[in-house]
Amino acid sequence: MLLRHTSTEVKEREGLTINPAKTCQPIGAMYAALGIHGCLPHSHGSQGCCSYHRSTLTRHYKEPVMAATSSFTEGASVFGGQANLLAAIETIFAVYDPDIIAVHSTCLSETIGDDLQQITRKANDDGKIPEGKHVIFASTPSFIGSHVTGYANMVAGMADQFTVSTGEKKNQINIIAGWMEPSDMREIKRISQELGVKIVLFPDTSDVLDAPMTGKHEFYPKGGTTVEELKSTGDSLSSLALGCISAEPAAIALEKKCKVPFETLDIPIGLSATDRFIMALSKAGSVTVPDTITADRGRLVDVMADMEQYLYGKKVALFGDPDQLIPLTEFLLDLNMKPVHIVSGTPGQRFEKRMHQILETRAPGTNFKNGIGADMFLLHQWMKNEPVDLLIGNTYGKYMARDEDVPFIRFGFPILDRIGHSYFPSVGYSGGLRLLEKILTAILDRQDRDALEEKFELVM
Amino acid sequence: MEANIHFPDPSKVREELIQKYPTKVAKKRSKSIIVNDPDLIPEVQANVRTVPGIITQRGCSYAGCKGVVLGPTRDIVNIVHGPIGCSFYAWLTRRNQTRPETLEDANYIPYCFSTDMQEENVVFGGEKKLKVAIQEAYDLFHPKSIAIFSTCPVGLIGDDVHAASKEMREKFGDCNVFGFSCEGYRGVSQSAGHHIANNGVFKHMVGRNNTPNEGKFKINLLGEYNIGGDAFEIERIFEKVGLTLISSFSGNSTVGQIENAHIADLNVILCHRSINYMGDMMETKYGIPWMKVNFVGADSSAKSLRKIAEYFGDEELKARVEEVIAEEMPRVKAIIEEILPRTTGKTAMLFVGGSRAHHYQDLFTELGMTTVAAGYEFAHRDDYEGRDVLPKIKVDADSKNIEELKVVPDPELYNPRKTEAELAELKEKGLEINGYSGMMKQMTKKSLVVDDLSHYESEKLIEIYKPDIFCAGIKEKYVVQKMGVPLKQLHSYDYGGPYTGFVGATNFYKDIDRMVNNPVWKLIKAPWEKAGNGKSGGIEASYVTQ
Ligand code: SF4
Ligand code: SF4
Repeated sequence: MLLRHTSTEVKEREGLTINPAKTCQPIGAMYAALGIHGCLPHSHGSQGCCSYHRSTLTRHYKEPVMAATSSFTEGASVFGGQANLLAAIETIFAVYDPDIIAVHSTCLSETIGDDLQQITRKANDDGKIPEGKHVIFASTPSFIGSHVTGYANMVAGMADQFTVSTGEKKNQINIIAGWMEPSDMREIKRISQELGVKIVLFPDTSDVLDAPMTGKHEFYPKGGTTVEELKSTGDSLSSLALGCISAEPAAIALEKKCKVPFETLDIPIGLSATDRFIMALSKAGSVTVPDTITADRGRLVDVMADMEQYLYGKKVALFGDPDQLIPLTEFLLDLNMKPVHIVSGTPGQRFEKRMHQILETRAPGTNFKNGIGADMFLLHQWMKNEPVDLLIGNTYGKYMARDEDVPFIRFGFPILDRIGHSYFPSVGYSGGLRLLEKILTAILDRQDRDALEEKFELVM
Repeated sequence: MEANIHFPDPSKVREELIQKYPTKVAKKRSKSIIVNDPDLIPEVQANVRTVPGIITQRGCSYAGCKGVVLGPTRDIVNIVHGPIGCSFYAWLTRRNQTRPETLEDANYIPYCFSTDMQEENVVFGGEKKLKVAIQEAYDLFHPKSIAIFSTCPVGLIGDDVHAASKEMREKFGDCNVFGFSCEGYRGVSQSAGHHIANNGVFKHMVGRNNTPNEGKFKINLLGEYNIGGDAFEIERIFEKVGLTLISSFSGNSTVGQIENAHIADLNVILCHRSINYMGDMMETKYGIPWMKVNFVGADSSAKSLRKIAEYFGDEELKARVEEVIAEEMPRVKAIIEEILPRTTGKTAMLFVGGSRAHHYQDLFTELGMTTVAAGYEFAHRDDYEGRDVLPKIKVDADSKNIEELKVVPDPELYNPRKTEAELAELKEKGLEINGYSGMMKQMTKKSLVVDDLSHYESEKLIEIYKPDIFCAGIKEKYVVQKMGVPLKQLHSYDYGGPYTGFVGATNFYKDIDRMVNNPVWKLIKAPWEKAGNGKSGGIEASYVTQ
């Protein structure tokens, strides 16, 4: 037993988090910043945070993840990190020549009260930012929220610090990507093109964190939303924010600054969320939905109908981030499965509200919890009390899955031991099909493994 | 020693590496980029602050303390006091394998514990929450020990983890609770955390258990963290030759073993950087000498076993060591001889850690490969130049704030295992007791030594030298591979290993052979690119070639 000390008896804890279902803000900010073309993320704090964030993102993507740090020592921690950040900006522009440096804070710089706006302004006043280059920032203290909050803050920072409205509307729609994989962002662009709607997607990590092997290391890979594109978002007709936690803050910032109206949607994971996305985008872009998309949808529904017997009533435990868990839970219900335990470390009442809405009539009695106390230790205890047929979550779930002998699907962040998430989307109808295939394979493999010899089936 | 590899003019390389830096940065970096001369051993600037923004490999003190030294001991509940991230990232990512004897034995390594500090804790203090967390851990698990690790905000808001630990320790009576002030901003790298960890383990653990051990040739294995099962292989060899392993710091270890460490008669040190403090302190307090060994490399393993046998001076042990070497070597030889024709003459670069960049050169030598450039991520001058340089190292502001424990001989337990005369005699025989001669002595003339390598420098070096393999960590892995050069991770071993001892050496030979000769490196260009309408081959980095 790997998690041999996990007891069945659930006790409320007030001080101790065990096996967290979240991590800290800056890693989200770093990931988001990589979705701007020519951008170097910068971690303002001690160098350990930056090293950890780069390592985790690298393990998840198996790709270069470039980011710099202010490398605080004790002196900086006492006297403030301004000198370190100014020095860093100078060195970065001299050596790595980015178009943009996206600075995020860490617990340390937040605790000592460094003001990133003031320091970046000073960098500008001191002539440390070359002509045509930019330094943007986001405040990302990890004692508030989670990695998802950090992502949201950096994306909001992009909207706030780049966009301008020229007063002349552009026939384009902003799509603000909630935390999703490069493959998902690529798929969102593909779907929009198929629909015939011109969009600006930001951030966009496709062609950044799924870069091809060429024999050359592109320090700034081809992908990422460009500064020009970002600026133009202020003139767009409207914004669609995909994810109420990770994308909406940017949409609000855009509305405030440039009066671009917005609608918040779920990340289009699964059938219903994708339906809403297609409806919203076709409406926003005033287009009719082409038959090809209707056919994609039909294929997904076809498999759902054909394989329904294997899905019905199967109990699922899931953990991860709110913007993924909300549509995923809905998808499981559409599949006639039974989500029974759901945990997210990210705090916030939005999650609770949405979960209530989704589960109230279709699966009352489902255990769900988010924020403080909602960790994987609790989830594991719930699973011991009410066993499940399937576990869905990030790589850390494999320890529970092995101990409890439950089929396991890797989904979410981080995935450290498999590839695929950055290449094959989970959004849209084809993404739904991929998820469904994974679910079916996991369930049917288990049935095959456990079947008595006389019950072993050839055709399923 | 002069290699038969053509080295580019190293002083030119040096210039090229720093050319793009702002003046002040260039000046600083030039002192850490040194052309080696094994006879003269030039000075290398090391263990100094990283240049902000330069893109460093380094991590923080907390990583060195919790991640490296304390992490591998399976029956301590390690609670990280701070916001969630620090604990999350150090969760299972270092591959410290461990093997509890029974299903009932404690093993907390798969768990992650944190106080998940919130804003109100930062504003009003987090000590109360910490104590609640300790109480909850105690109630849930009843562990032998609970260790508390401070992350950056903790020191600033003034939480006293030591006082909280003491209070809880006294309250429980049967659980040893102790804290570490290993905030990430202390020192300049992981190295500070090693020192802090050594101090804490020495103060709070070593010497608490006086149970005698009747075994012969009692030793402790220091600075071995059982990544990929390295310690298992060393344990196998020790058992075979008849050494009694009292404790390991800290791969595959338990609290009980570490508390009992002071009954050993010899400390052997693998990773000098992370644990030398412990060797010195145990020598002063208990009279146990330490000896630097290296179990990375088959020849080095054999040599190290011989050194240990020589130390104990027992003829039977010496004979047994020879027997074991004779038994193990034929398999090693068979494998290396088959591989050698494919690896001989190739070149390697190693930029990693605080000892691995040295140790792994032995394995490359066994593979017939030359190390053209190497450096550590967080080592000190003594790891480069040898411990002779210690009196010359100036203690700067960043090192000064790391506590130096005042250690005195224990009135009851101090017992010098060797007399002065015996030590002198061992020295006479070439046995270096309490010494380490560093990396540079072993490297070829004109090879390059770079401390705290930056990303920019790494791409430049690869572009200039075109090495056949580059050794570093996860952050560098895919960058270097994008350039068409295989990268061997020497922190995580690319999830392989073990690489220690005789079995480990053969694992490494096979892995390196596989990597440098993998057909994939020749598949990078599409046929139409090769046909002429693509770009030229070779190694490129975007801004390097601008
Ligand atoms: S200090 Fe804060 S930002 Fe840094 S790793 Fe820890 S939780 Fe994350
Ligand atoms: S530098 Fe500080 S905050 Fe960052 S990981 Fe290390 S201890 Fe945590």
